[in-house]
Amino acid sequence: MFGQIAEQVPLFFNYHNLVFLLQAAGRTLAMTIIGCTVGLVCGFLIAVLRRSLSIWLLPLRLIGIAYVEFFRRIPFLVILFIVLFVIEPLVPGASLLFIATVSICLLSTAFLSEVIRAGLESVPPQQIEGASALNFNAIQTLFLVVLPQSWRVILPPAAAFIVMFIKDTSLASQLGVIELTFAGKMLVNRGFSPLLGFGAVLLCYFALSYPLSRLAAYLEKRLASP
Amino acid sequence: MNYTFQFTEVWRELPYLLGGAAVTLQIAFITFWCGAFIGIFGALAKVYGGPISKRVTSYYVTFFTNTPALVQVFLLYYALPDAGVLLSSMAAVLVGLTLNAGAYLTEILRAGVVSVRVSEMEAATALGMSRLQLLRYVMLPHIAKTIYAPLSNFFVWLVLGSSLAALFGVEELTGRAINVSTASLRSIETFTIVAMIYVVLTVLASGSLALVGRLAFRVKAKVF
Amino acid sequence: MHHLEIRGLSSAYGKTEVLKDVSLSIDKGEVVSLIGPSGSGKSTLLRVLIGLTPPTGGEVFVAGDRVDYRQRKQLRTLRDKMSIVFQQYNLFQNMTVMRNVTIAPVKIKRRPSKEANEAATRLLEKVGMSDKHDAYPNELSGGQQQRVAIARALAAEPEILLLDEVTSALDPERVNEVLDTIRSLTDEGITMMIVSHEMAFVREVSTRVAMMDDGQIIEYGTPETIFDAPKEARTREFVSKILRH
Repeated sequence: MFGQIAEQVPLFFNYHNLVFLLQAAGRTLAMTIIGCTVGLVCGFLIAVLRRSLSIWLLPLRLIGIAYVEFFRRIPFLVILFIVLFVIEPLVPGASLLFIATVSICLLSTAFLSEVIRAGLESVPPQQIEGASALNFNAIQTLFLVVLPQSWRVILPPAAAFIVMFIKDTSLASQLGVIELTFAGKMLVNRGFSPLLGFGAVLLCYFALSYPLSRLAAYLEKRLASP
Repeated sequence: MNYTFQFTEVWRELPYLLGGAAVTLQIAFITFWCGAFIGIFGALAKVYGGPISKRVTSYYVTFFTNTPALVQVFLLYYALPDAGVLLSSMAAVLVGLTLNAGAYLTEILRAGVVSVRVSEMEAATALGMSRLQLLRYVMLPHIAKTIYAPLSNFFVWLVLGSSLAALFGVEELTGRAINVSTASLRSIETFTIVAMIYVVLTVLASGSLALVGRLAFRVKAKVF
Repeated sequence: MHHLEIRGLSSAYGKTEVLKDVSLSIDKGEVVSLIGPSGSGKSTLLRVLIGLTPPTGGEVFVAGDRVDYRQRKQLRTLRDKMSIVFQQYNLFQNMTVMRNVTIAPVKIKRRPSKEANEAATRLLEKVGMSDKHDAYPNELSGGQQQRVAIARALAAEPEILLLDEVTSALDPERVNEVLDTIRSLTDEGITMMIVSHEMAFVREVSTRVAMMDDGQIIEYGTPETIFDAPKEARTREFVSKILRH
């Protein structure tokens, strides 16, 4: 086996393959970045919604809770399938990349909203009372006092979850999205040894995830309660 | 949109699907306990081991936690035959997920081991406890309390993670869902019901784990 | 017309009545202190006044106008005229001292920054914190934080200032610097309500003292009356216990 691999190495590491892998990595990264951005924004909205006490927002609040509890407890693969079968009839020309990205957005919103909610709740109520006594309205209190103080509780787990999302995108290969895992499969189909093909793909994933993991660990250490 | 939801066909297949849920739980159990076995050694190596074992364990953990489980299993399934080892789909999935789980569990168990407070150990030693007594009365209860919640969460995560076995033809819950949906063409209904089954599974799992935790270890855990 | 009038105010927490039918009138410029054992409802009274704890009965009048604590608009108007300083200072941890003091005037009262900054500088000087403009709360001692909290409350230009056990959380060495600050304020004509355990201080600065116990005002009179010649048995008991130290 290793003799075979040794033969293939120079053929494998040619320009074409590297560009191919890079493009695939780009798609993996794109899905993750878009998914996480949407996840942070929507997750933030749901988290704020869940903390509000207004009666008018109760139905929305219940929807938010149901959403988060549902999408946190099903496998990403199942989310992919559901989104696929729902979107296909609705949006005929939808690309697979689009479907996969929507799925990541749904997943990340659910997880990140919990992280953000925990962060918002970690701010001592006295801070909110201080703001209230000074006549801050709810929005001012949220953005000027609560949110700036919740970063330290939000960032470390958020970074860890983003690493998880990078790895989840590999399941999109099942749909046919030409991201890193699919690229690996294609290379193996072209005749390269699986060790080389998937090994290269693993290295790419590692290159994407590891810096983020280190950042998460660093943040955890730095932002731990004094 | 002219699509009428028909759940009856899928409803008929419920026993079949629930059988898949049983397989899912089996996969989760096996990978959890085998992974825990690896994890204990890994944690001990990282905390008490020499420089080489520390480094090797570190590499193992870093590698498996920063790369997707799917690709890890692909590697096992497609690359090993070249070396003469033919693994069945189930075997490849189990081995792959176990190695993956072992890495995460190493970290969880390690956090537990280092969480023992030196001050408690000193107090116990000063009281004259032997090393074995220290282990039993000071270290283990504290470690158990610290790791119980992360372990429960991790088990639930494994239940969900087992779904990738479906991509290798294993007939666990997601695998059977794919079968049912292709046979009945009722994809949305099938996967909605299967999603519900997963939710029920995870709620039951975290609920019962929380209960056990409260009774056996006096750990207060949140289900929701 | 009294500046602040409280009639039959009650507040309950679930089934527990924390304030029972409290009545009090305070004239402009007065300094009224509330004393009494823990749990007597002193802090709750202040919290109800500023609208952080809802009243379950009774009425509050500020300068003759009744305050409806359920209406947001009225709460706003009330907090324009009334400020509170908390036992735990409650400074905004994510802002510097200067920002803590200027944020309400700038964001709520919409004063121009320059004006707010100048006012803040003067206030910080008054409380003795001029050299700490850019410090963050976690870099300051308890006493320093409390003085900034007082400056922040004053920046809102209140007619009525509520001080809720502002020295109780401080190290003994720090207590005096805060009391000095408050003492200087009492000469300026702001109406003040002080909850405190510092009896000597209370006696010195108050125009009148109210003794509270079990959610009610037991006795209300001048410091001389309350401390030297209390009419009620419970007041006598409390005062003698405290003053023995």
